[in-house]
Amino acid sequence: MSTTTLPPTKKDAPVSAPAGHTSDRARSERKLGWLLAGPAFLVMLGVTAYPILQATYESLFSYRLTDPDNRSFVGLENYGVILSDPLWWRSLWVTGLITFVTVLVELVLGFALAMVMAKALSSIRPVVRAAILIPYAVITVVSAYAWQFAFDINTGFVNSWFAWIPGVGTDTDWFGDFGTSIFVICLAEIWKTTPFISLLLLAGLAQVPEVLQEAAKVDGATWWQRLWRVTLPNMKAAIMVALLFRTLDAFRIFDSIFVMTAGANGTESVSFLAYRQTISRLEIGLGSALSVLLFLSVVLIAAIFIKGFKVDLSQARGEG
Amino acid sequence: MSRREKIWWWVGGALIVVYCLFPIAWIVSLSLKAPSDLNTGGFLPTTVSWDNYQSILTGGTKDLFLPALRNSFGICLIATAISCLLAMFAAYAIARLDFPGKKLILSTALIVAIFPIISIVTPLFNLWRNIGLYDTWPGLIIPYLSLTLPISIWTMSAFFREIPWEMEQAAQVDGATTWQAFRKVIVPLATPGVFTTAIIAFFIAWNDFLYGISLTSTSRARPVPAAIGLFSGESQFVQPTGAIAAAAVIVTIPVVVLVLLFQRRIVAGLTNGAVKG
Repeated sequence: MSTTTLPPTKKDAPVSAPAGHTSDRARSERKLGWLLAGPAFLVMLGVTAYPILQATYESLFSYRLTDPDNRSFVGLENYGVILSDPLWWRSLWVTGLITFVTVLVELVLGFALAMVMAKALSSIRPVVRAAILIPYAVITVVSAYAWQFAFDINTGFVNSWFAWIPGVGTDTDWFGDFGTSIFVICLAEIWKTTPFISLLLLAGLAQVPEVLQEAAKVDGATWWQRLWRVTLPNMKAAIMVALLFRTLDAFRIFDSIFVMTAGANGTESVSFLAYRQTISRLEIGLGSALSVLLFLSVVLIAAIFIKGFKVDLSQARGEG
Repeated sequence: MSRREKIWWWVGGALIVVYCLFPIAWIVSLSLKAPSDLNTGGFLPTTVSWDNYQSILTGGTKDLFLPALRNSFGICLIATAISCLLAMFAAYAIARLDFPGKKLILSTALIVAIFPIISIVTPLFNLWRNIGLYDTWPGLIIPYLSLTLPISIWTMSAFFREIPWEMEQAAQVDGATTWQAFRKVIVPLATPGVFTTAIIAFFIAWNDFLYGISLTSTSRARPVPAAIGLFSGESQFVQPTGAIAAAAVIVTIPVVVLVLLFQRRIVAGLTNGAVKG
């Protein structure tokens, strides 16, 4: 496990005596604590730390399942192969592009949704809340199919509905080239995950002290000024947490791409590339090296967020 | 709020509802189209046809869909139950006891939650083949814990923190035994949190696709998203679109029912765990 993604540990006021002078009561509480939480902790390590260590080990071998007798130690050669292959850089770029576009749009749209929900009249609030949970709960594969069929040249309605837009006609093949494919993929992702962001932001909105809003209003601040000077600064923590989670989640994008384009027209994401190497081509060595690289990328992104933007994750753990 | 303002918020709310339900309405509409109706470019079917549902439930593709549905229910429920049980003990310890390592456990849950799934898939693919877990229920239940356990620990600790634990002592002062105090006071207070956590964990397991397609090869263990994603249709001459749409509608029904019944709790669970209100 990398320690770079760990949030800085805050020293709470010591409840138990300092080490060495632990009282019996503190000691038994400590023991009970580990006894209760230990199994969950071990299972979490077992299903993540163990596989990533295994992948790190296997990434040092040239190993194909179709040719198991020729397994040989190659050191870091697999990494060299990947890092010098334009495919890797291409998929990294595509993943980065999708992540950037979707997270940015989701943040703005999610904020608008949160504002409406915060103000929505109590009579329609349950309806809006139930509706907003639907995209969150619908499985990604279903959402991907819904959007794919909507834009599909044969089954879709988009072409006939939007034929008035220049460049769109009944023969527009959305999945025929890179730009339009990415557009539809992003649209599906945005539809599915914006509600989740908006719920997080709604919770953040509720944390903004009402008195501050009132005070600003009394002082003659416009709606816009209040938004930028009062609301947003006060919910910075909630925004950063939502941003971090969605960025890392978007970075793993796989399902929508698999369903919509299967990586055609250069729409392959990093996860998809790793999947193809391991599961389709049975290149265990190369696939493992890709897995490790992807894991390192995620750690790097998390580290940038936590160190660079100073995201306080104690917020995210419900310890605020 | 003035009348005009009220109308605007109402319109805003209505727009959100349309935004959220539109793609769902489309897939439902598509699932009701007859094969001849699929390529007309319209949103609604010209005549409602149940052929697609018939095909996946009783017809030629039922062997692709029904076993997958059974696998998904079984695997997701078991994974959810295991992670809720483990998380219950962990969350109790985190919310109530003071011990070093509390932060370590929560941070680990956080890291596991953001772990790229494909990085787990690659090593497991090889390992499962060697030890015979490939294409079995346990072979999916175990990796599903990496999806459901962290969120369960998080959400449940957030819920448990809000339980007024003093009430347990109060009951004991009033003459209840330890067991009575726990069963009559704490259990009723903790149940909604556990239940909500279970729903959220179930959603996440139900949504899985990558483990599903990578670690299974037949209908023995293949879960429903993977089955839909790899759906080939009745024969190579029949366009599978309608059948896929019908299958998509059926797997969406359970989550919609859960959302409609427990929306308030689900929202509390999602936001409690992530941003402390």
